[in-house]
Amino acid sequence: MPSRPTAVTDANAETAPLLRVRNLKVHFPVRSRGLWKNRTPLKVKAVDGIDLDLEQGETLGIVGESGCGKSTLARGILRLLPLTQGTVDWMGTPISSLSSGQMTDYRRQMQIIFQDPLASLDPRMTVGDIIAEPLTVHRPEMSKTERKQAVADMMDQVGLLPLMINRYPHEFSGGQCQRIGVARAMILKPRLIICDEPVSALDVSIQGQIINLIMALQNTYRLSLMFISHDLSVVRHISHRIMVLYLGNTMEIADRESIYTDPKHPYTQALISAVPIPDPEIEKNKTRIVLKGDLPSPLEPPSGCVFRTRCPKAQEICRHEKPRLEKISPTHWSACHFN
Amino acid sequence: MPLLDVNGLVTRFDTHDGEVRAVNDISFSVHEGECLGIVGESGSGKTQVFMSIMGLLAKNGRARGSAVFMGRPILGLPAAELNTLRGVHFSMIFQDPMTSLNPYLKVSRQMTEVLMEHQGMGRKKASKRAIDMLNLVGIPEAEKRFDMYPHEFSGGMRQRVMIAMALLCRPKLLIADEPTTALDVTVQAQILELIQRLGKEFNMATALITHDLGVIAGLADRVLVMYGGRIVEEAPVNDLFKDPRHPYSRGLLNAMPRIDAAGHGALSSIPGTPPDLQALPRGCAYAPRCPHAMERCRHTLPELTTISHERKKACHLDQLP
Repeated sequence: MPSRPTAVTDANAETAPLLRVRNLKVHFPVRSRGLWKNRTPLKVKAVDGIDLDLEQGETLGIVGESGCGKSTLARGILRLLPLTQGTVDWMGTPISSLSSGQMTDYRRQMQIIFQDPLASLDPRMTVGDIIAEPLTVHRPEMSKTERKQAVADMMDQVGLLPLMINRYPHEFSGGQCQRIGVARAMILKPRLIICDEPVSALDVSIQGQIINLIMALQNTYRLSLMFISHDLSVVRHISHRIMVLYLGNTMEIADRESIYTDPKHPYTQALISAVPIPDPEIEKNKTRIVLKGDLPSPLEPPSGCVFRTRCPKAQEICRHEKPRLEKISPTHWSACHFN
Repeated sequence: MPLLDVNGLVTRFDTHDGEVRAVNDISFSVHEGECLGIVGESGSGKTQVFMSIMGLLAKNGRARGSAVFMGRPILGLPAAELNTLRGVHFSMIFQDPMTSLNPYLKVSRQMTEVLMEHQGMGRKKASKRAIDMLNLVGIPEAEKRFDMYPHEFSGGMRQRVMIAMALLCRPKLLIADEPTTALDVTVQAQILELIQRLGKEFNMATALITHDLGVIAGLADRVLVMYGGRIVEEAPVNDLFKDPRHPYSRGLLNAMPRIDAAGHGALSSIPGTPPDLQALPRGCAYAPRCPHAMERCRHTLPELTTISHERKKACHLDQLP
């Protein structure tokens, strides 16, 4: 069996990466409806056996369409959802079996930024209190003035005027609210930030501001990022490596250049060709791989390769055998029988 | 004569904390068979322009100016009269198909109703026409699915049902408001292809409202760029992308991250935030964010003026530096 897709760590397998995830599964039980109880309880396999490594200072982009499990993966890693199976190691220490009390020490090192900037901020708290909240939880020894100073410094770093400290979220625009979200995530100086669609709700002219801010903070603090997005153009811009998910499974994982210039998996190829390019001459002459149909129900995923029902290359073998992630180059892995 | 000719359209909303100036003196036309792209960010007024024309403004909204459709003034017509036009000569599809599909009624009922009401068809004939249309928009097993409820369709299929409904009476103009924004990118590709194909097949004009310049690049023939409730630039699609003349158009184009660009440096963005429609500045609404703003821009509103054949811009600068 080929070794795990440890793309970046292949060379120095000795040192543990910041984050190592192995065979992670998050399944949700679904109560069967109807008059006759189903004998086998149905399960949504939102994340179904995912491996990944993340190095310090690295950005791993995670892309896929709705229902591919990208947000569930993030919440599973942070243990915001119970894991069905699999392990998560943090700098070599297994943390997937820790109790939530034991997790506290690790939680301060991993933070998350959400998609909807306004909805993820408590409307009744001032901006200062929102940003300070992680400090009150994780650093109770700090004095009030110290805390206030830390908040003001952080506001300044994310491009918010510290004099706005007593305002409420609704007084800010979408872009500014996302800055508040970034400040709250950064205040504990974490090592990892999971960005779950952080710019999807923002206007194009504002998106760049937030992306630039996140990249600048990454440089200053050697942050590791997991950048979850359905927007392949943004992901290309920010990521070092990219992982493509479909129905809870990894289809392909590779360094940024390989994914975009030489995608191996038919799903990645279709995904990339579907993204409209803002250039009418390219766009109107491009031949697009248009996939048939919609995503199958995650309750009844196809047998064998989960992508086979929409795959233009599907053959008989795809129905019976689930393809493994196979190494194409030291930094490129793809799960297809026809790699 | 253009299919739709809009002149001096102004749309206002009364809210408890003041008047919202959503659309501010807009004039444009849509020609037969063309695809006109309307691009702008949230709050640019792009949707409200067409809600005004369709007579679909919220209760606190009012529109003035004129909109002439196939030679007939339609702005402010009473609902009964508008109903002889809406869905027949022009139709609108929305970002969320569930806003225009009735969740309590089977698709069959919703579709045949339109034909029986507007075209006086019998139920049998209407059903046949509706099923044909579902086939045309690529719904598999259309006859079987005809009797399903909207929730039994996936997002992409629902959008197809909505398109099929909008096209039942073969309208001359389809207004598509962010038709693919809620869809996944592989499904978006299917729907855009469908809109394009049907536009050609029916010789139907399309007004495509979107924030996505990629979608505009693929479909539109001409483009209006909107900001702060005004048109700031109007141009054929190739000209706009190759040589934008308004600083906002250029800023927007530069801010689009491209999947075919290898860059890893800072993304270009536009500083500041979009204007507050309750407190629009006296001069150019873009001036506070514009890198080329001059004294004049802050107190004198630039008019939308013709700069060459088919091109217009609203900017005091003679040329972009």
